[in-house]
Amino acid sequence: MELFRGTNIDWLGKKWYFLGFSLIFSVAGVLSMLFWHGIPLGVDFKGGTQVRVEFSQTPNEDHVRQAMDRAGVRDFRIQRISDPSGHAANKVIIALPESSAADASHDAGRQSVEHALTANYHDSAFSIEQVEIVGPTAGAQLQKQAALATVYSLIGMLIYLWFRFELIYGLAAVVAVFHDTLITVGAFSLTNQEITLTVIAAILTLIGYSMNDTIVVFDRIRENLALSRKEALADVVNRSINQTLSRTVISSGLTFLTVLSLYLFGGEVLHGFSFALVVGILIGTYSSIAVAAPMLVAYQEWRARRGKVATLPSGKRAKA
Amino acid sequence: MGKNLAGKTAFIVAILVVFCFGIVGIPHGSLKQSIMDRIHLGLDLKGGAHLVLEVHVAEAVASSTDRDVARLESDLQKAGVVGATVGKTDAARPQTIVVSGIPAAKLSDARGVLQGIDYSSYDVATSTDGSSALTMKQAAIRDLESRTLDTSIETIRERIDKLGVSEPVIQKYGLGDNQILVELPGVENLDRVEEVIQSTAKLSIHAVTGGPFATDQDAMQANNGVIPPDSMLLHGTGSAGAPDQIWLLKRVSEVEGTDFRDAQPSQDQNGRPNIRFNLTTEAGDRFYKYTEAHTATSTTPGSMAIVLDNKVREVAGIQSAIRDSGEITGGFTQQQAQDLSLMLRTGALPATISYLETRTVGPSLGLASIHQGVTAAIAGMLAVMIFMLVYYRGAGINADLALVLNLVILLGFMGFTGSTLTLPGIAGVILTIGMGVDSNVLIFERIREELRAGKTAAAAVQQGFAHAWVTIIDTHVTTIVSAAILFLFGTGPVRGFALTLVFGLLANLFTAVFVSRVIFDSHLQKKERGAALSI
Repeated sequence: MELFRGTNIDWLGKKWYFLGFSLIFSVAGVLSMLFWHGIPLGVDFKGGTQVRVEFSQTPNEDHVRQAMDRAGVRDFRIQRISDPSGHAANKVIIALPESSAADASHDAGRQSVEHALTANYHDSAFSIEQVEIVGPTAGAQLQKQAALATVYSLIGMLIYLWFRFELIYGLAAVVAVFHDTLITVGAFSLTNQEITLTVIAAILTLIGYSMNDTIVVFDRIRENLALSRKEALADVVNRSINQTLSRTVISSGLTFLTVLSLYLFGGEVLHGFSFALVVGILIGTYSSIAVAAPMLVAYQEWRARRGKVATLPSGKRAKA
Repeated sequence: MGKNLAGKTAFIVAILVVFCFGIVGIPHGSLKQSIMDRIHLGLDLKGGAHLVLEVHVAEAVASSTDRDVARLESDLQKAGVVGATVGKTDAARPQTIVVSGIPAAKLSDARGVLQGIDYSSYDVATSTDGSSALTMKQAAIRDLESRTLDTSIETIRERIDKLGVSEPVIQKYGLGDNQILVELPGVENLDRVEEVIQSTAKLSIHAVTGGPFATDQDAMQANNGVIPPDSMLLHGTGSAGAPDQIWLLKRVSEVEGTDFRDAQPSQDQNGRPNIRFNLTTEAGDRFYKYTEAHTATSTTPGSMAIVLDNKVREVAGIQSAIRDSGEITGGFTQQQAQDLSLMLRTGALPATISYLETRTVGPSLGLASIHQGVTAAIAGMLAVMIFMLVYYRGAGINADLALVLNLVILLGFMGFTGSTLTLPGIAGVILTIGMGVDSNVLIFERIREELRAGKTAAAAVQQGFAHAWVTIIDTHVTTIVSAAILFLFGTGPVRGFALTLVFGLLANLFTAVFVSRVIFDSHLQKKERGAALSI
């Protein structure tokens, strides 16, 4: 069985459609981040208290709210849990802001929620399944860790690309990765899902994945450039993409299958993580063809217009 | 062809056996039990509490200098220097002691004391008006702070031990200064645990110099608007059920935590829970001198305040001289009396601690997570395996075998290194399945291309592996580097993810390239010349 025998699609010709598509999603995401949901941060980064309560029957949210109000708990938020497998229908997260988790009275928020429910909620039995309390000091530390991990990751990628390819290849790959991250974070903003530490881990992983994907295409471009020096660059790039299309789609498809399995069956705790991967893998595959490759050609045409040499450097190694 | 296929195959089987051993050890009891023994589950799968504490080590410096103030006073008196005042003048700099008012005639005696061995951790600076300032050396401060942290860790460890938690983790936490990580598997009830760890019985007995006052202002007014530098104001209740009031206490304690030799929960004559304590001999002597001088029948009757964690717990007049055994009643419940005695016996924490981060996972959530993670893994793996069989036919069997071996090696790695499996770790396993099969796809697609170009089966296989090799290395290295960074900067669950990803990809390098090649080669050797390769 073979799905992609001898495809000959003019990918670069469609670059304006791709640009439009990317722009729509990027702008939608950015607008949401700026004006709508903002960037929803999980308790890891913004601090506060989160208590996950499981009820023996589907809870009436209003009754829960009343139970809290009657006990004098203020500034709380009640969240339902989204979980495609449906296991989380009886669960609710009660979240308190950072002020509830100050280093001095760290546990006060959690205790107030527990007492409020014990005293005032009588619809059904409940149990506290999970508690997360992050004080301001810890929140600041975790933010720093996430930022450092991201920065070092990107630097590591750049160094590796610089070592293996010419600078322009590296830049094109980084632009593609930036595009992927922007759209993924935008997706979180649009669907109002929280970004926690594990979500950051997922985003860093998909950065690596997107880079992989781009490298596969670039490897083939470089190989083909070494073989034929007379062909127009656009033609070489198109041919390279067509040649690797089979591998790209199948490989991404298989990874996507496993990640989809995680999203559907993996449960509510991993929900944000698997959502990031689902979106990221789709976009990461798309960006290698739709963003990185056109950027390469665009740069080359810019150089040609300025009268410089007309062939793309084929990288530090002539033979892959 | 002399490729030594038999040897390579034997090697692969040996690897399989070795890593199976890594997963189950020497099987005893049920298979599940053997696996559980080897592979440790993280808190998010087992259930338990994860706590990050901060030790306020600066307090240790303050109390150390307080003790030295008292010692200096008595040493100067012994040396015959009368009329000097010793104290800490600046609350913001607790590491500095100022000695002033030394009579000119006794300057050299005073200097002899100051330069004695007892104060070698201080830098002595003399100013023109004859007063001296002793500032604790930086090295001594750092040393004290580090010892305070270590002692805190040990004390907490002892207490948690006595609580009966199995396999707790108590260690320094790298993300910040003076932070401790405590992980308690299986602990659900936070309230009692937090009390036992945190209210770490910084217990001391102070002389009462004034009070009780209703508010801070009253206290200031009674002392002409200024609190004497050797005293401090503390809130608390003088006895069980009394309202919150403020007392003026001497800063330096008469008895402190380290002076307790034993403490047992007991009952007073009314049947209320209290604590009977015994002091060390040396502390007992000091306490006797103090209480004898201030009994109700003496010329300077006084009261003592029992201070627990910077709050006044009980204020009592001194009825008679106490040497080394006494009672503390403070409105305790029986549980509190037991816990407090335990804390006094194991030693008071040298400084107070506060919580920075708390995470707990209930056991039902943990079990559900395991269940869901394994379901997702099996579903994902089946989907991939079926696809490979359908799309690549015979070669698909090759890929599926490599996939299974991959999983065995990955889990075996974890068993051998004693790594912890977390929920994101299970996600990492699932991701490895998807990314790992990518190597096979790369190779197979290349082989198909070469076959289309007219090469023989053997040449196509050889070319396929040769060309794909470089890209496989590229993709694996980038992901492994990214996972390594996640491991360095991540915390518990994220580390588990990075770990399974790295192990899985390393295993994949072996199975996708070496094992797949051996299977192809042995197949090529067996099939007839000219027959098509099933791919």
